[in-house]
Amino acid sequence: MSAEPPALEVAHIGHSYGARRALDDVSFSVAPGSFTVLLGLNGAGKSTLFSLVTRLYAAREGKIEIFGHDVARDSGAALRRLGVVFQARTLDLELSVMQNFVYHAALHGIGPAEAKRRGSGLLERAGLADRAEDKARDLSGGQMRRVEILRALLHEPRLLLLDEPTVGLDIKARADILAQVRELVAERNLAVLWTTHLIDEVEPTDDVVVLHQGKVLAADRSTNIMAAMGTDTIGAAFERLTGAKARDAA
Amino acid sequence: MTSETSGFTARQYVICLSGVVWREALRFLHQRERFVSALVRPLVWLFIFAAGFRQVLGVSIIPPYETYVLYEVYITPGLMAMIQLFNGMQSSLSMVYDREMGNMRTLLVSPFPRWFLLGAKLLAGVAVSILQVYAYLIIAYFWEIEPPTPLGYLTVLPALALAGLMFGALGMLLSSAIKQLENFAGVMNFVIFPMFFASSALYPLWRVQESSPFLYWACLANPFTHAVELIRFAFYEKISWDSLAAVAAYTTVFAVGALIAYDPAKGMLTRKGG
Repeated sequence: MSAEPPALEVAHIGHSYGARRALDDVSFSVAPGSFTVLLGLNGAGKSTLFSLVTRLYAAREGKIEIFGHDVARDSGAALRRLGVVFQARTLDLELSVMQNFVYHAALHGIGPAEAKRRGSGLLERAGLADRAEDKARDLSGGQMRRVEILRALLHEPRLLLLDEPTVGLDIKARADILAQVRELVAERNLAVLWTTHLIDEVEPTDDVVVLHQGKVLAADRSTNIMAAMGTDTIGAAFERLTGAKARDAA
Repeated sequence: MTSETSGFTARQYVICLSGVVWREALRFLHQRERFVSALVRPLVWLFIFAAGFRQVLGVSIIPPYETYVLYEVYITPGLMAMIQLFNGMQSSLSMVYDREMGNMRTLLVSPFPRWFLLGAKLLAGVAVSILQVYAYLIIAYFWEIEPPTPLGYLTVLPALALAGLMFGALGMLLSSAIKQLENFAGVMNFVIFPMFFASSALYPLWRVQESSPFLYWACLANPFTHAVELIRFAFYEKISWDSLAAVAAYTTVFAVGALIAYDPAKGMLTRKGG
């Protein structure tokens, strides 16, 4: 084993909104090149955690590192290794797909020519090459999501964060996006943290972090969690851990 | 350390800044109604309000004017500043909107320093507001409102840049405090209208002083007054040092405030649930 630091290390993170405790002593890590599912019901604290990792809020308790770079103290180095797909749609709807790419690349110091070269390559491989000049507004929900994922890869991050990326999509689009991201993990050795409340998105080989009411209840390989709980599905294990029922397909 | 872990090069900063300005300009071009309404607003004041009031409000000779001037000429700097004030507030609205749409998050997750990202956003808004002012001046020219010499069009540019920065920084500070989109109506009522009316935009301050000393002091403290006077003098190829100092001071205060508000370690964003 090389001594490479984890893609993402979350250590003893706590966060409160006034008196409400949103996260309490949350610790887990994401290994380089792994697909990790952050599983939790709505209100579990997933979005808060997401905001802390992306430095929208500052972590007041604990520490977050991306490939060994502290998000608070060394944020430039940490953030340039990070690609993010937010839950809300963040494409400029009036701009074309390629214009969206050029803008995003500029935010990472990549010039327009290089941005177009990379963008075309990504679109080509995703089978979306013919949509490059279309306005983002004209894409379907699933296509928008896939374009957002490609956009997050423009600066070649090594860790990709996705916040509930399949919410509001139909079954086909959900499957496409999951497949696209799993392929990236395999091809690019990309580490992925996939946030969801949908249990059927978990594969047995995935690492799973179960977040419930601001606390981490389990963080291990999916099969190990099932074994520890004495169940044969991750859904049943989740129920046993949280006392709540996770959702299947939307 | 390799260049990957150290900071960005100067060229990359330029790429980032021009990317942000380019996007703002593109968005502006795509929102034609925004451009038209930005232009119609001052023109309504100019063609209707000023035309009606020129009989009522006499303006005596006050600096920088060396002769009697038409009321339309008097209120033009105020209208130029109004364009910029609206634009500053509109970009504050767009930041609230962006934040709700997640675009502000896209910006803030960039690895460039946050002060630089917010500064780039600010400059982009200023550039758009200056374009709007010149569009207004072109129309005003045909109404025979022009500087004493064409040089005035050039000397007013730095004044517009500074005033634009001040309003942009104020808008940014407000945007960090506004969460709902609807609150822009509140901004209109509590920021734009009081700033516009309690200033030297529509009437000289000596007239205000005659009617209400309190209002006079309020006008003097109003950053908008100083933006108007800065522009008024610059349009006549002169400098109002007092206004320059005031605008510079207010800009600094607003910019520092905005930076603190958006600083993840200290700002209000931390306190808001999400």
